[in-house]
Amino acid sequence: MSTLVLAIFIPFLAAALIPFLYKYLKNIHVGWFVILVPTGLFIYLASLIPTISSGEAIVQTMNWIPSYGIDITAYLDGLSLTFALLISGVGALVILYSIYYLSSKEPIGTFYTYLMLFMGAMLGVVMSDNMLVLYVFWELTSISSFLLIAFWYQRKRSREGAKKSLIITVSGGISMLVGFIMVGTMANTWSIREVIANVSAISEHALFIPAMLLVLLGAFTKSAQFPFHIWLPDAMEAPTPVSAYLHSATMVKAGIYLVARFTPVFGGEAVWFWAVTGVGIFTLFWGSFNAVRQTDLKALLAYSTISQLGMIMSMFGMGSAALHLGYSNESMVYTGATFAALFHLVNHSTFKGALFMVVGVVDHSVGTRDIRRLGGLITLMPITFTIGTIGSMSMAGLPPFNGFLSKEMFFVSTLEITEASFFGLGTWGIIIPIIAWVASVFTFVYSTIFVVKTFLGPYKEEKLEHPAHEPKPGMLVSPIVLGLLVIAFFFMPNVVGNHLITPAMSGIFPTFAAGGADFGTYIHAWHGFEPELFMTIGVVLFGVFLYFTRKYWSGVYNLFPEKRSINVFYGFVLDQIEDKSTVVTNKYMTRYLRDYMVYIFAFFILVIGGTFILTGAYRFTLPENAPVSGFEWFVVLAMAVAAITILFAKSRLTAIVLNSILGFGIVILFVLFRAPDLALTQTIIEAVTTVLFLVAYYFLPEMEKEDAPKKQKSVNLLIAIGVGVVFTAVALGVQGNKVFDTISTFFENSYELAGGKNMVNAILGDFRAFDTMLEVVVLLIAGIGVYTMIRVKAKKESDQVEDK
Amino acid sequence: MKINNVILRTVAKLVFFIILTLAVYLFFAGHNSPGGGFSGGLVLASALVLLFIVFDIETIQKGIPIDFKLVAAFGAFLSVGTGFGALVFGENFLTQAFDYFNLPFFGEIELTTVTIFEAGVALVVVGVVVTILLSISEDE
Repeated sequence: MSTLVLAIFIPFLAAALIPFLYKYLKNIHVGWFVILVPTGLFIYLASLIPTISSGEAIVQTMNWIPSYGIDITAYLDGLSLTFALLISGVGALVILYSIYYLSSKEPIGTFYTYLMLFMGAMLGVVMSDNMLVLYVFWELTSISSFLLIAFWYQRKRSREGAKKSLIITVSGGISMLVGFIMVGTMANTWSIREVIANVSAISEHALFIPAMLLVLLGAFTKSAQFPFHIWLPDAMEAPTPVSAYLHSATMVKAGIYLVARFTPVFGGEAVWFWAVTGVGIFTLFWGSFNAVRQTDLKALLAYSTISQLGMIMSMFGMGSAALHLGYSNESMVYTGATFAALFHLVNHSTFKGALFMVVGVVDHSVGTRDIRRLGGLITLMPITFTIGTIGSMSMAGLPPFNGFLSKEMFFVSTLEITEASFFGLGTWGIIIPIIAWVASVFTFVYSTIFVVKTFLGPYKEEKLEHPAHEPKPGMLVSPIVLGLLVIAFFFMPNVVGNHLITPAMSGIFPTFAAGGADFGTYIHAWHGFEPELFMTIGVVLFGVFLYFTRKYWSGVYNLFPEKRSINVFYGFVLDQIEDKSTVVTNKYMTRYLRDYMVYIFAFFILVIGGTFILTGAYRFTLPENAPVSGFEWFVVLAMAVAAITILFAKSRLTAIVLNSILGFGIVILFVLFRAPDLALTQTIIEAVTTVLFLVAYYFLPEMEKEDAPKKQKSVNLLIAIGVGVVFTAVALGVQGNKVFDTISTFFENSYELAGGKNMVNAILGDFRAFDTMLEVVVLLIAGIGVYTMIRVKAKKESDQVEDK
Repeated sequence: MKINNVILRTVAKLVFFIILTLAVYLFFAGHNSPGGGFSGGLVLASALVLLFIVFDIETIQKGIPIDFKLVAAFGAFLSVGTGFGALVFGENFLTQAFDYFNLPFFGEIELTTVTIFEAGVALVVVGVVVTILLSISEDE
């Protein structure tokens, strides 16, 4: 197995081992072992940077289902590597942080198992070249996110948040799958690289736009774009390390990855441009606008994340305009937006990760995240304050922090796009920089709120659960590292730019790279008195003004009352679906076994009988059949008599014995038709089932005369006759319709092929061993099912665990 | 289900071993003639069922202190395991191998991986049948 494929599976392996480590190593926090996985992966991936930044891509394939063209192909280019480094790097820091955040009293074994599951799935998403494999990993990230949000499952809000995120992201994932299948059918391959190479062949296809919209739906739900953003604030019920890792740095960026990865396929279309840019820019505004009204620090950061994700999304949209024009000096201008998007993606992970960790530290220290109760922590928690300020100022787009650079680049892109003359940008383009600027003002306002309300102002100890204090030094290591990166990226942005983002750009614009385009953008902190600088100054001035006049304009939020929000609509739809489906289900689930049998048999008659008639399979060729001997007549007659007698049996014992006659009659027929294996097995089965019947009937009351209404009896009669007729007809029809050539000649060589002279067993154990193996597993499951149904009774106190 | 029947008990003690021998015979015979893991396992299970019927359950469980749920689980593990065993040798999943060996005392004999696979099948059958029987009969 190749190393890159192995890298995806190492976290899964770790996930399998963690429960054992957790069980047997009681004295050491299991996180210290877990942290080795992301650290090792980070070092391995970082060692690939020189290869990747020289413009190469690493491809390694492991066969999975080759007959359907589904293989696990690990594909690592600049884009994948950027994400993979974020996943492993932030992952290592988050685990380090979590060691201090979660005490050993919590079920941390499960926590790290889920976290590793997530890490493997996320690496799988960004490194898979096969669309179907990507989809599998994609859904796995949703599932592990669900498990992590519900980590404190005793809380009702945790469970609801988990459910909401799962429903929204998985629905999006399924629509994405449909989109993938459309793309795969159009391009006749599952490989993303091959799709990109043949993009001209599919772009005229009628399914091109539907496929694009479906894939986008997947990306928008995952990356919490308006109006699907509602799951992200609720996901904040997860432990803070999870929020920092999944819900700001990595998982929510999977949608952005998808958009970036599929830009060479769909980019250059007006629909793609407006969908991605429009949704992104509106999410940017809506997120920042709503972040200002939040009183919970984590909710504030959640809306801020939504807003920042929208900003990155919109930049990918604007960058895709370059593909519309094709490779030229003019179009290269627009690729700057994509460059800025990738740069901001990295920056966002650093400053938002740090901010989440700061909130976790504050929460851990004083026991609340409510800004109405916080304040004045600057003197008591100076280090936390410093990191929080660095993160916030970077988020607001101020120098000397990395957010300033990418924010300026964002402004540049929004201004450039207004000068374009295609996609109706001449008339509508001007809206983009205006919304971007307004949203940035709100971003500045909530960043200010974050710092001022938490750390400045009066210290209100009576409102806190514990007096404020700095946490253990270990808890501060990860936020400090991220905070330092925020500053380092400001002074050395081109390290990231040259080694990661430039190679990633050629993955997004392969046609440009083939034309010899140079994506090496040199990032300047200072580029003179340009419009973008005035925009930033405007943001600061107007932001300060809005901050101090909050009291006077906060009434604007009353225009969007809670009862008319998307959240309420979501809840309404969900309730309606539940109510309606309960009504429908209760209509036919009568709790009578008799009714269920009627459904099954009626379905059988309709489907099998219907197919029989529709396909015209009722050509019986009785004369060709072998003659029926007198002995066979006798056996069948005896069976028929036994079967009819069962109906009149007075006791269960008689019924069982009569039933056995049927079984042994079949045994005799098997013998007559020279099937000794079947006869043998049937004999033993008869014996064992008779005993099982006897044991089960021991607990039942005496059989009573059935007192069913007449209508029901006639329905039963009709169904009985119907099933009998269909069965007989099918059995006779099989003889007359030889659709395929017989394959039995293959099995006649069983002695040479499988070393066994018993052809039947050679089929069971060798030729079709897969069937036998699964049957054995099913039998085991059935056995366990019977055992648990009868023997394992629910404990009385078990229903009180929930809703604490 | 306590039946006090001396003749039945005496016969059952003897017949049990005959059935057991038949089970083992069927298991190995399955390769070249009727039999195999499934029927061998079923016969073995019916031998045990006979014991449970003739003697009471507690006595037999004391004599054969085996958790039949584990037997079934181990059987499934064995069957699925042979499938993965083929992967170790670079073959496709569930590829079965066979060859002829000259062993002392037995002479030339055919050894196959199917036998291990079928042993798993047999154990699952025995385990599940006995588990179901005991679960139902022991319910209060």
